[in-house]
Amino acid sequence: DIRNTVGNIPMEWYQDFPHIGYDLEGRRIYKPLRSRDELDTFLEKMDNPDYWRTVQDKMTGADIRLTDEQVELVQRLQKGQFGDVHFDPYEPAVDFFSREVMIHPVTNRPADKRSFIPSLIEKEKVSKLVHAIKMGWIKPRKPRDDSPTYYDLWAHEDPNSILGRHKMHVPAPKMKLPGHEESYNPPPEYLLSEEERLAWEQQEPSERRLSVLPQRFQCLRAVPAYSRFIHERFERCLDLYLCPRQRKMRVNVDPEDLIPKLPKPRDLQPFPTTQALIYRGHSSLVRCLSISPNGQWLVSGSDDSSLRFWEVPTARCLRTLPLEGVVKSVSWNPNPTLCLVAVAVEQSVLLVNPCLGDKLLYGATDQLLESYEAPEEQRVQPTQWLVATPEQHSQGIRLLIQHSKPVKQVTWHGKGDYLASVVADNSNMQVLIHQTSKRWSQNPFRKSKGQVQRVLFHPIRPYFFVATQRYVRIYNLLKQELTKKLMTNCKWVSSMAIHPGGDNIICGSYDSKLAWFDLDLSTRPYQMLRHHKKALRAVAFHRHYPLFASGSDDGTVIVCHGMVYNDLLQNPLLVPVKVLKGHVTTLDLGVLDVLFHPTQPWVFSSGADGTIRLYT
Amino acid sequence: LISRRLCILKGIYPHEPKHKKKVNKGSTAARTFYLLKDIKFLLHEPIVNKFREYKVFVRKLRKAYGKSEWSTVERLKDNKPSYKLDHIVKERYPTFVDALRDLDDALSMCFLFSTFPRTGKCHVQTIQLCRRLAVEFLNYVIASRSLRKVFLSIKGIYYQAEVLGQPVTWITPYTFAHDHPTDVDYRVMATFTEFYTTLLGFVNFRLYQSLNLVYPPKIDGQADVELKPAEGKEYAMDSESYLEKLSALSASLARVVAPSHEDEVELDEFPVEGETAEQMDARKKEQEALEKHKKLFEGLRFFLNREVPREALAFIIRCFGGQVSWDKSLCIGATYDVSDPSITHHIVDRPWVEKQVVGRYYLQPQWVFDSVNAKLCLPVADYFPGVLLPPHLSPFVMEQEGDYIPPEKLKLLAMQRGENPDDESEEEEEEEEEADDDKEEEEEEDESEKEEEVKLKKIEEQKTQSNKALPVKVTAGKLHLEDKKRLEQEQQSEEKRLAIMMMKKREKYLYNKIMFGKKRKVREANKLAAKRKAHDDAMKGEKKKSKKMR
Repeated sequence: DIRNTVGNIPMEWYQDFPHIGYDLEGRRIYKPLRSRDELDTFLEKMDNPDYWRTVQDKMTGADIRLTDEQVELVQRLQKGQFGDVHFDPYEPAVDFFSREVMIHPVTNRPADKRSFIPSLIEKEKVSKLVHAIKMGWIKPRKPRDDSPTYYDLWAHEDPNSILGRHKMHVPAPKMKLPGHEESYNPPPEYLLSEEERLAWEQQEPSERRLSVLPQRFQCLRAVPAYSRFIHERFERCLDLYLCPRQRKMRVNVDPEDLIPKLPKPRDLQPFPTTQALIYRGHSSLVRCLSISPNGQWLVSGSDDSSLRFWEVPTARCLRTLPLEGVVKSVSWNPNPTLCLVAVAVEQSVLLVNPCLGDKLLYGATDQLLESYEAPEEQRVQPTQWLVATPEQHSQGIRLLIQHSKPVKQVTWHGKGDYLASVVADNSNMQVLIHQTSKRWSQNPFRKSKGQVQRVLFHPIRPYFFVATQRYVRIYNLLKQELTKKLMTNCKWVSSMAIHPGGDNIICGSYDSKLAWFDLDLSTRPYQMLRHHKKALRAVAFHRHYPLFASGSDDGTVIVCHGMVYNDLLQNPLLVPVKVLKGHVTTLDLGVLDVLFHPTQPWVFSSGADGTIRLYT
Repeated sequence: LISRRLCILKGIYPHEPKHKKKVNKGSTAARTFYLLKDIKFLLHEPIVNKFREYKVFVRKLRKAYGKSEWSTVERLKDNKPSYKLDHIVKERYPTFVDALRDLDDALSMCFLFSTFPRTGKCHVQTIQLCRRLAVEFLNYVIASRSLRKVFLSIKGIYYQAEVLGQPVTWITPYTFAHDHPTDVDYRVMATFTEFYTTLLGFVNFRLYQSLNLVYPPKIDGQADVELKPAEGKEYAMDSESYLEKLSALSASLARVVAPSHEDEVELDEFPVEGETAEQMDARKKEQEALEKHKKLFEGLRFFLNREVPREALAFIIRCFGGQVSWDKSLCIGATYDVSDPSITHHIVDRPWVEKQVVGRYYLQPQWVFDSVNAKLCLPVADYFPGVLLPPHLSPFVMEQEGDYIPPEKLKLLAMQRGENPDDESEEEEEEEEEADDDKEEEEEEDESEKEEEVKLKKIEEQKTQSNKALPVKVTAGKLHLEDKKRLEQEQQSEEKRLAIMMMKKREKYLYNKIMFGKKRKVREANKLAAKRKAHDDAMKGEKKKSKKMR
């Protein structure tokens, strides 16, 4: 097409010019005038029947009407057919290079030389293979295994053939079978209420008692897939190969069989059973109790810095002795011919004559005390013995033993002459032994063996018991040596009492244990009783009856039957017989002291509520 | 240290040492311990070498692929090492009974894997094998009629069969697509499945042999011919359709020896020494009951509508001797049509049925499950389509004394004993319910009376009552009488409390533990009973209201 000489260029370059190119002579070819607007174009479109076959020639800008042949060609191309009407694309193909050998060769080329000589490359390959086979790198194909996959594996089973490893083998426990609550339509009581459901959701998945939330579906088709099914199987798999297995013996005991068969308390009477009297008067907690040897008078010391004397059968307060400090300990002289009470107040031990009972008796006591004559040479003493001032004398105080530190406990020897006191200290001066008749004190220990909690004289023999926090040491006072050391197995011993026979000791401890020692048996407790719920504060033996009692911070006094047999082969029999309640716990303290009546099977207890109670 | 796969295959599990601190060099951190003996045992396993070979093979193959040496690839693939787990199965289960005892997990796993889609997650061959083995096992259970219990749970369907005297329980999921969790290691599961399929294959072989069935299973010739004309054209490949035909569970299996009725010879009775006649009778009765249970659906013809789970129901019905069919378009193996007039039970799970045919019961699928568990065909009235179904109870719960028993179970037990509570008309039902309630209460009281804790409470209550009553006028004689009784009880309980005080520490701990468990049990039972009572009361109130409205 040489009407326009611009060549094969994008015609947009002439967009801004009035001409569209140059003809053969070099004259401009002007674009045809395009003065038609949209409306004219539309009218033309409507009016001209050949409008659909009119195209614009890009090179000249003129409109051309396509001929019928041209239109047909366009249509064929649009359909994807060949432009030529007569072209047949499906002619049968003639294969020149077929397997049939022709008479004439296809090409006239002579055969190569390499087709006559053996191939080097092949030789190399073969040699490589041969080498590989020789070296065993390539193995012949394995024969196919024709044996059946499944056969009777247990055809020759030997029921006794247990492999060595299987002796210890623990078969995996089976999975738990589902209960009613896992049903798709459980009984209504198994569905969880709103709160239970919330609680279930807040629990850790491992803590839940039900693994799934019980749900109710109206019919089977409403039941959805369980989303944790694969999880559960997987967890089971993990359990099977990662969990250690152990044979746990299931305890199959009737709980009734576990309860020891003890003699009935009814057969072990007498023992205190009911609360008989309440001794009111103290305004603060009553720390200590003591009773006169004949059992007629009771003395109690309290935190309200007073000492009160009571008449036992009437609960009447006979005398009140105001003191200048808290009464830590009080002890009535066990000698029936004397009427003397040792009281530990602050740093001093007071010896008080209560002036109760027989006038002859307390007069004799006063006489005995006054008959003291000071020795010529004054010996060095750890304490100071003072005679009471007339004012104190009128109150009943006869003597004062001044210590350097606060006194915790006083206790009398059975004969009523010696007196031991415990001082709150850490040195070797903790325990002091005083002799009243000679007004003479001595310090029996050279070394401190820990904080002393309690001391006690043996009722018959010259033994002395010292309870530190964890051990009870028994000293022979005559030989002045340690005879025994008892392991209490407690954390902190609080109290100690000795059987009137002298061969058995009980220790109460702040870790709510009571240890019974049989001194003939061993240095370890014969029996530990854990019958109290809180710390034990006091223990006591009865002088005649086989009874002992313990008072604790839980506000109870437990009376036990503790029979000691003369026969050495028979072990003591311990049976709790009664739990006595009555004291109100105040300031987390319950019973602070217990005490038996010397002749009757009665027990006194003093409590933090400021009362003393008598159980008969 | 130790190959996980090896542990799984050989069934080695860690060991809890007696002195953990000693073994762990003083530290108490959580660690797993294996016995040295076990590890040595693992190392002597010949399969370890096979695993190594396989590892080498994979390495070689990867190298060949990397170098594009296709001939090498082919050669290597020809010599692909393979291993068998037969000897491990034999070693882990020296006797067949051992294998049966441990079949629960194997079955559950196979049933789960057979429902997996054929894409990703695990090999297609494994899935197919699992499906095949599961179907074979189902067919065995049908042939031996050993299914005992079924349970529709939220999780899936539980089955319990008694195979050669061993209870075998397995669970199948409901037929839905799984959404595969991401936090599950499928390799562990696949290793387990590998072992389980081997085990199950051998077990199936042995089980089929014990019943004189052909293994691999073949459909009985007669039934096969019956099936063929209907299905022949629609299924392209015979081999493919065979498993499906089997899995349709509608045809019986071919036997090596033709079954003859002489097989069912009455067992000779060997009197066991020391067994009384009563025990013999009881055993005989039990045997009879079992036989009856096996023939529960004998003579009944079921038709399954398309919305009910076909495989589960077909399996159960066939296990108890019933005939079953379904819509031809639902699955291969349908034997008769909906319009068959001999159908007795039509299992439907829609709110109503439009065209009801006279002469058959339209029932919800729960009827089949409940009947199997109750060991008798339950009255159909409660299970009609659209009716509020009675609760579905678990057959695995064996209530002991003191446990809570739902009233439905009580009713069922009564029915099994032969009493018929359904004879009364509906009006009486309410009364009966009340009576039931009363009974429950009585029982509760009985239970509580045994429990001394409650007793104590009662005493206390009495005490408080008497205390309250003290200021009020009360006749002296009566009070005295009560006091005596109460005192005695009090004394006894106090004696017990005192004796408990004297228990040794260890025994006391044990005692407290036992008592705690007992108390909790009672508490739970009481809670359930109270809940049930509240629910029943609410229901009754609603009923009355609706009656009034009428």
